Amino acid sequence: MSGPESSGRNAAGTGAAAPRGLNLAALLRTGRGEYVGLGFLLVAVLVLFGWTTPRFLSLATFQSIAFQMPELGILTLAMLIPILSGGLNLAVTFSANICGLAAAWILQSLGGPDAGVVAFALALAGALALGTFIGWTMGIIVAYVGAHPILVSLAYMIFLRGVGEFLTRGGDISGFPEFVGDIGHGTALGIPIPFLIFAGCAAWWHVLLGRAPLGFSIYMVGSNIEATRYSGVDTRRTLTLIYTLSGLMCAVAGVVMLTRFNSVRVGHGEAYLLITVLACFLGGVDPFGGFGRTASVVLALVILQVISSGLNLLGANQHLATALWGSFLVVVMVARFIVLRIRAGPNRDS
Amino acid sequence: MTAGGATAAGPDRPAAGPRGEDPGSSAAAAAAPPPALRLAGISKNFGGVDALVDVDFEVSPGEIHCLAGENGSGKSTLIKIVSGVYQPNPGGVIEFGGQRYEGLTPGMARRLGVQVIWQDLSLFPHLGVAENIAFEQNLGLLPRPSRRSAMRRTAREMLGRLGFELDLDQPVRTLSIANRQVVAICRALVAEASIVFMDEPTASLTQSETGSLLEVVRRLSAAGIAVVFVSHRLVELIEIAKRITVLRDSRRVGVFEAGTITHHRLAELMTGRAIDTTVHARDRSGEDAVLEVRGLRREGEYEDISCAVHRGEILGMTGLLGAGRTELALTLFGMTRPDAGEVRLDGARLALRSNRDAIDAGIAYVSEDRLTLGLVQAQSIADNVVVTVLERLRRLRWFIDSDAKARAVGDWVRHLAIRVGTPEDPVTTLSGGNQQRVVLAKWLATTPRVLILDSPTVGVDVGARAAIFEIVRDLAERGMAILLISDEVPEVYHNADRILHMRGGRIAGEYRPDETSLDTLEEVIYD
Repeated sequence: MSGPESSGRNAAGTGAAAPRGLNLAALLRTGRGEYVGLGFLLVAVLVLFGWTTPRFLSLATFQSIAFQMPELGILTLAMLIPILSGGLNLAVTFSANICGLAAAWILQSLGGPDAGVVAFALALAGALALGTFIGWTMGIIVAYVGAHPILVSLAYMIFLRGVGEFLTRGGDISGFPEFVGDIGHGTALGIPIPFLIFAGCAAWWHVLLGRAPLGFSIYMVGSNIEATRYSGVDTRRTLTLIYTLSGLMCAVAGVVMLTRFNSVRVGHGEAYLLITVLACFLGGVDPFGGFGRTASVVLALVILQVISSGLNLLGANQHLATALWGSFLVVVMVARFIVLRIRAGPNRDS
Repeated sequence: MTAGGATAAGPDRPAAGPRGEDPGSSAAAAAAPPPALRLAGISKNFGGVDALVDVDFEVSPGEIHCLAGENGSGKSTLIKIVSGVYQPNPGGVIEFGGQRYEGLTPGMARRLGVQVIWQDLSLFPHLGVAENIAFEQNLGLLPRPSRRSAMRRTAREMLGRLGFELDLDQPVRTLSIANRQVVAICRALVAEASIVFMDEPTASLTQSETGSLLEVVRRLSAAGIAVVFVSHRLVELIEIAKRITVLRDSRRVGVFEAGTITHHRLAELMTGRAIDTTVHARDRSGEDAVLEVRGLRREGEYEDISCAVHRGEILGMTGLLGAGRTELALTLFGMTRPDAGEVRLDGARLALRSNRDAIDAGIAYVSEDRLTLGLVQAQSIADNVVVTVLERLRRLRWFIDSDAKARAVGDWVRHLAIRVGTPEDPVTTLSGGNQQRVVLAKWLATTPRVLILDSPTVGVDVGARAAIFEIVRDLAERGMAILLISDEVPEVYHNADRILHMRGGRIAGEYRPDETSLDTLEEVIYD
């Protein structure tokens, strides 16, 4: 236990060791330390697979990674801002399903396989509107009722899942115009379109969190919501916006899934739910909120996908990849702990 | 006052001569038992940082002793050396009951009767009183049934020794802080303590709770147990202690007979500089009223509040805890709605729906709880300074202008002389005084007309307090209307132009520091 005075002494900056520790801590907070660590990991993983698997370092591999990453990636972005605010959105996957379902329903009502581009635009708009609405109601409940986000989003998850399964009777909805599949499997300038959508969303989040007043408020709320409220920030509005944007991002994920699978099914991507949380933590997001950057979460996503694709090429069982992801998080957590201990220095015992 | 104690130490170094060492012991010197604890020439450094330099310390059995010093002066390090957590640098002497010990470990220190009650008390909040007091009976290598009746007997006996009665099964988390302290003391008794160190024991107690704690300490003392208060608060120290050891900048300033030293002198010794105790009151009633309150009432909190703060005036508001001061401040800041009455700013009636409205109208509120309400501790100094003025830093509608932000932060850090490494460091790296400057910065950034200060010096060192009030007086000089709320009567007395006394949710009286003595005022308030 460090006594009440040790911090005072460090703050006074009398020690030669203290400022150094603080600067490193500052580096960690700005996320740059995180970038270095994760970048190193990414290189290590690439070298490992490049060395063990001859076909690994090829354009095809990276294209396949870029095709597979967006669904998980966009859902992770939907998870990211609630976690940053000290909450959680357990309903991300089923929100995405329901929004995909709405899009599918609009497409089918407007001609099914023969539907035109306008119909698709309407379907897209409908999905986004529904996702925003779902997120908004969730945000209202979290912000004004004060219920814990885990409970609220858990209730939403079960509700949305039930509604979806009731409407689809557990089956697939398919039969979309051909160009829908082209979006999911097409490329522009050699880059898969879903990846471009993901990159756009990530860039949006990056700017929102790094530059916009809302992003600023999200970090503040995540660290201490009451102190933020006392500072004159409308924390209820902030919370409502957080879940609204999360819901909107779920809708994007739902539509991307629709184009990728050319069908909608409630339960698609269900396994992603906890992986999105894992990706956030792997990307250095503080589980208690307040700290974490979009870019390092994206880096973490790339690492997870590289591992998965590399193992796939090696012919390993896909479930092994999941096991490896989990163990990977354990290793990263332990490494972070050790790094923090080293940074804290010998000055702070126990 | 030039008492014997004050002359003993000289300005900076412990006096070399025996006269300065122990002015109180001369009478009983011949037959005195060996001191319960004696430290001589204790030094400790962490890397290049000196935490203690050549410190001597002595407590007699049954003595009540104060270890006074500002944060960072080395008090905690000293406790940790005595309790075997840290090893002092070679050459230091540690004696218990006249016998010298080397290589003290925490276990040895415990067996020698050293008990430390830290400020957080280290109790098990969900366990009952008896379990907390007697929990050591459940320790040991071998599993064995815990004997509830034995535990309860022990707990009852210890409480009886202190003259207290508590429900033995009540979970500790539901007890008042004062009663939790009693539980912690009982636990020290179970461990057969002969020296009890209490770290900032009165920090979160009310006046009457402090009174009963002092009573408990007297009983310990009568039972031959030495008690060492470790504190940077001055008021309660002098009343009860026999001697006071003052530390400053890792060194011992001296040991003083408690009866011979004034608060004022003690503050000077702790900070190493003269403390301004002049009364600053000026008459500002001729100026325009900036904030006016008429017949304000909120059920169960305060009622019939009418007062005005004038331009350039510091209006003090004091009274015991629970007098409704903070509740009134929260209404003025738009956090709660009054049931009746009105608030006027510059003559115009305010209808505040939120604290944002209050901020926009020009009212700022420095919370009494800097840790959880005043600052977002984990986030950076820079972000905390600008959190109140985000709207003013917008660029291109959607973005925060990072240049403007950096400029604003830089200006405030310079202007208020906040000692920071970089503005990107978290607030937690700052001392209490510097944190309070950050709070001031974030509110001054809103360019308020009225600044409400609610206990602005809680957890701030004596020296830093003076600096904070210099800033506050300067703001008033420039025309800001300031409402200074505090339960530290001297603080209000020395800094306010007028003082309102609140009691039971009402304004019980108005005083002017230049017409009333501090003693009179304290008598009225603590009566």
